[in-house]
Amino acid sequence: MTTTASVPIIRVQNVSKRFVIRKDKSIKERITNFRRGARHREDFWALRDIDLEIEAGTTIGLIGPNGSGKSTLLKTIGGILQPTEGRVQRRGQLAALLELGAGFHPDLTGRENVYLNASILGLTREQTDYHFDAIVDFSGIGDFIDTQVKFYSSGMYVRLAFAVAIHVDPDILLVDEVLAVGDEAFQKKCLDKIRSFQEEGRTIVLVTHTLSQITALCNRAIVLAKGNVVFDGDPEDAVSILRSGFAATTPKEAAKIVEAGERAEVRSVRTLDADGNPCEAFETGDDITIEVEVEAIRPVASWGVGLHVDNPFGQLVTGATSGSLRQDPLGPLEGRRRVRFTLPQVPIGSGEYNVTIAVMGSERQEIARANHAVQFRVRKNTRSWGPVFTDVSFEADPAHQ
Amino acid sequence: MSDPGAPMHERRTRLAGLAWQDAGSPPSTLSGIASSLKDIWDRRELLGMLTRRELKSRYKDSALGFLWSLARPLTQLLIYYVVVGQFLGAARAIDNFAIYVFGGLTIYTLFSEIVAGGTGSIIINAGLVKKVYLPREVFPLATIGSSLFNFLIQLGILLAAALLVGTMRWDASLFFAFGSVALILIYAAALALVLSAVNVYLRDVQYLVEVVLLLLMWASPIVYSIAQVAGVMPSWALQIFVDNPITLAVLGFHMTFWSAADLGIAAADLAARMVVAGVIGLILLFLAQRVFAKLQGDFAQEL
Repeated sequence: MTTTASVPIIRVQNVSKRFVIRKDKSIKERITNFRRGARHREDFWALRDIDLEIEAGTTIGLIGPNGSGKSTLLKTIGGILQPTEGRVQRRGQLAALLELGAGFHPDLTGRENVYLNASILGLTREQTDYHFDAIVDFSGIGDFIDTQVKFYSSGMYVRLAFAVAIHVDPDILLVDEVLAVGDEAFQKKCLDKIRSFQEEGRTIVLVTHTLSQITALCNRAIVLAKGNVVFDGDPEDAVSILRSGFAATTPKEAAKIVEAGERAEVRSVRTLDADGNPCEAFETGDDITIEVEVEAIRPVASWGVGLHVDNPFGQLVTGATSGSLRQDPLGPLEGRRRVRFTLPQVPIGSGEYNVTIAVMGSERQEIARANHAVQFRVRKNTRSWGPVFTDVSFEADPAHQ
Repeated sequence: MSDPGAPMHERRTRLAGLAWQDAGSPPSTLSGIASSLKDIWDRRELLGMLTRRELKSRYKDSALGFLWSLARPLTQLLIYYVVVGQFLGAARAIDNFAIYVFGGLTIYTLFSEIVAGGTGSIIINAGLVKKVYLPREVFPLATIGSSLFNFLIQLGILLAAALLVGTMRWDASLFFAFGSVALILIYAAALALVLSAVNVYLRDVQYLVEVVLLLLMWASPIVYSIAQVAGVMPSWALQIFVDNPITLAVLGFHMTFWSAADLGIAAADLAARMVVAGVIGLILLFLAQRVFAKLQGDFAQEL
């Protein structure tokens, strides 16, 4: 690939955004509260002195806990919110996928809505004519295109909206939590489209809570907390900062994590029976051993490993970390290491269970994670049922004579 | 084999040549006005679509469709003709009373629909305002489009009736109708812009507007004539009454479709007043756009 001098496409300069929360909306309330005005408003800084420059062709992820200001920043870049201080500049055509189908009118047909929505996103009628078949094809709506959209299922609605948005030919695409729509096949289609957007050198700004998307799609990530940029750089680092929890909400703590630069990977996770043989189906009351193989990608000064066993509803059944189980730390991690968690005489009811493994670095930040790395099954027992197995005993008094 | 980086390279080269733009609405400075207007002009196709959306969705699924937009003005005409004209006797003083009333109602309905619809337009489109950046002026402006459509249907009926009864003359008086429409569009647009923006911050405005519109209808000579007013009003008050831009527009319509002779105001006098009102209206429209531009910055968070 030919490399060119970097071309900035978005410039965010000293942007702060203050929200004033007023508690009175009607004239009556305004008048009665006139003298006590200050008490009925509350200031809230959603963004504080944000400075960013985004290069053309990057895919940048904005992540952070709820209320950290990532959506506000995205809306400021999109021009939907005006910053209280500072300015946002950009160039090229922009399309925002903040809410799919925001401009859809339920009483209009799919076809009419495609034209309307495309126009809202900045396409001319001729351009929409040109892309129309491709849009319908991508959405998979087919013959329903001439049905009013109020009769659409929510999946159809969103698919059509997404199809319109990606045919706008933007230089900048803003995406807010909308990639998780539709069925699996459609999601794959969306991700493929995002990849081809990247190859075409489009800039994508992504807000998401699905951290695996950040590491898979982005080449830069920004962690926000309470309206400040905590970290800006490599997506892997960003994800481990965010996963390290609320401890690292200042740039200083984030820097420590980045400085450590630790990386590892979970190589394999297996479930073993009491004799140490691989096994995926157990009886209630069996010993279950979970064997994990971890490899350091970059040196890890001190490490730990955590285990989660979830039931199919995503509820935690049991969990433990190496730190909670032994006093002395595991020490440095180099090359491959194998560890085992043994759950003796597991008193859980029948069902499918998922095992998630996480590896922590020296700052207790997460450096690797394998979600649902392995699944095991506990067979039905005839004695009791429910999530917890109890060895219930039963007796009856002799019958009265 | 083609270079896979070619489209990327091309895009970068193109982007590097583009000028920086401020995100969001242009600042409310003098240079901002030109770019606001350009923004709106660039989105004229969208304006057309929003207008069509409003019209299509309004009478979708109803058997009579657009005919319903005539139900209200025709009922009003009937009420005023029977109650005010016959029972109260206004028709005795005004020839062709039905044409007189319908002429005034037609132009006044245009005004009230734009103002009432425009006031609520930002709130109704809250979903879009919060999620997509558009020059927000398009929402009140789209109301003008759909109101004009209804107006044209009514105008067709008025025209047919006036031709049938023979109250129209093919002379210079025809121009007054154009002047009336222009006057109403300027003032209604200015009000719609300001009120739609203020309504975002203070929802009471939309209810207040309904009441004031009712009042304004009776403040114009729609079901009575100037001659009847002149009898009870001191002359200075009459001047103020006549200079109301809505009154001027109503009189202009009467001049074209009803009768020039019995209007109680000379054609030249009326024309002069309309031009002055038009110029003042344009200044107000300009100020209204500035107010709108200033207020729209916080729309997304207030809705």
